[in-house]
Amino acid sequence: MSHTDDESRLVAETSEGTQEMFSREGTTAVERRIEEGGIVRPPGGATALDAGDIDIEVGEDETMIINMGPQHPSTHGVLRIMMELDGETVLRAKPIIGYLHTGMEKTGEDLTYIQGATNVTRMDYLSPLHNELVFSMATEALLGVEIPERATWIRMLMVELNRVSSHLLWMATNGMDLAATSMMIYGFREREVVLDFLEKVTGLRMNHNYIRPGGVAADLPDGWQDDVEAICQAIPPRLAEYDDLFTGQPIFRERTEGVGRISAEAAIASSATGPILRSTGVPWDLRRTMPYLFYDQVDFDVVVGTYGDSFDRYAVRLNEIRESLRIIRQVADRIPEGDYRTLDKKVTPPPRARIDESMEALIHHFKIFTEGFKVPEGEVYVAIESPRGELGCYLVSDGSPKPYRLHIRAPSFSNLQSMANMVHGGLVADAVAIISSIDPILGEVDR
Amino acid sequence: MAVMTGEVIHPSRDEYHQVVAGLKDEGFEMCVDVCGVDYLAHPGRGLPPEVRPERFEVVVNLVSMEHRRRVRVRVQVPESDPTIPSLFDLYPGVEASERETFDMFGIHFADHPDMTRILMPEDWEGHPLRKDYSVGRVPVQFKEAPGER
Repeated sequence: MSHTDDESRLVAETSEGTQEMFSREGTTAVERRIEEGGIVRPPGGATALDAGDIDIEVGEDETMIINMGPQHPSTHGVLRIMMELDGETVLRAKPIIGYLHTGMEKTGEDLTYIQGATNVTRMDYLSPLHNELVFSMATEALLGVEIPERATWIRMLMVELNRVSSHLLWMATNGMDLAATSMMIYGFREREVVLDFLEKVTGLRMNHNYIRPGGVAADLPDGWQDDVEAICQAIPPRLAEYDDLFTGQPIFRERTEGVGRISAEAAIASSATGPILRSTGVPWDLRRTMPYLFYDQVDFDVVVGTYGDSFDRYAVRLNEIRESLRIIRQVADRIPEGDYRTLDKKVTPPPRARIDESMEALIHHFKIFTEGFKVPEGEVYVAIESPRGELGCYLVSDGSPKPYRLHIRAPSFSNLQSMANMVHGGLVADAVAIISSIDPILGEVDR
Repeated sequence: MAVMTGEVIHPSRDEYHQVVAGLKDEGFEMCVDVCGVDYLAHPGRGLPPEVRPERFEVVVNLVSMEHRRRVRVRVQVPESDPTIPSLFDLYPGVEASERETFDMFGIHFADHPDMTRILMPEDWEGHPLRKDYSVGRVPVQFKEAPGER
């Protein structure tokens, strides 16, 4: 926050003489947000939204409140946006959410830590592995379990592949929102290459339940290096195609450049993270700034933008795919041999072969899957960088096999709030491009 | 591989807003998250001896980008008067997360510009993430075929 030299007042010369202006700091936060377009329902009675306030005979200076969504094709699920319009210009906007609320945090309290990963993986359906990772890391932090090196590298490989597939799908839907339907098909086509590999490893295309507390569910299949190499070779030429299709293409640039601009201060104030924050030029990437797994041992660049507009967010994501492929290559070269899950008997069930020959192993196996393992009392907050920003997991344990409280800090939930700032003063058609550029996943917003 | 859990601060309800404002001046420029916890059924908590446990707790996660640090503020909120000052004037980004905490736990944030439900319908009764709010069951309608099979 920058302060002016004169603390409280500024003086401006106008045609009517000297005008005194109060400094921006003097405005209350609520008023500032109303001006910026963040608050549609002002405190102390919803004046702006009362239908009785709006005359049937609309004069030229009247504004109109419309609802965009929840079933609008560009709202990426079931997002409703309440917008106050002056003609075609958006004055204020507010996201209305909750249509997909499934109570996953409440459900999480009813499931054991082993079952928990199946629950959280369904929240952000485009990057399920990130959800599993953050939940598993939080559980392991409470347990105090160290996981083997190979498991950590496998997690990194899978999570980065998932980031690629998530960004590819974003490219596809963003193209669709801007009426570039070939991009829609391209993005899904390339994503399939990645999903095929994920399916081979985990057995499922989505909702994998692959990363679990204590490690991963299974080792990588034979020949995985060839598959990863094939992916690393298949995607870059396609990215060049996207460059041809979008970057430098006049229609796309006109629809995104300077559209939905947000300043770094505003992004930080509205708790936006991920590509939105990085597009404003803030190099904040948890993989680099607060490393987890082995991200401090691999070489990659944090991609940042300059203007914080929709085009920068597109460019950040496009280049993040390239950086992720770089990480994937390094990980594939460096994965050591070893266990893919911890040998801690408390967390990991005995191997299948032991169950046939040992009664104790059978009982142990049975107990782990029916009762789960006990997690020491405590609370922990762990955050990772998901494709959409900081994905955090706040876990409170009471010493039982089920989490006492599971809270997920969903990046889309926070990022959505920066939308009001972005659409303020823009056109309705720009709002479509802006919502898309935020990349909200409604399953994660509502949880 | 260290999971950074950061440090925890336990202010009282009266100090809460001031403490967070102080943290903001210290360089914690982003409030990443606000959430609530209902400790109704928890057997016992590892709170420092000076802090009197109450039923609810509001947990605020702050990040300092400059110092690359996290700090967690945990405030005790009594059941009899679940009200706490809003952080909206410091961090406008808490708008949605404070509303979520209100929706899920019934903790009221004073001076919040729009203290309405966010995830549940506006006419919903009760606060679902409270421990005394049951999960709910859908009755099984077709249990068995009538008569002999």
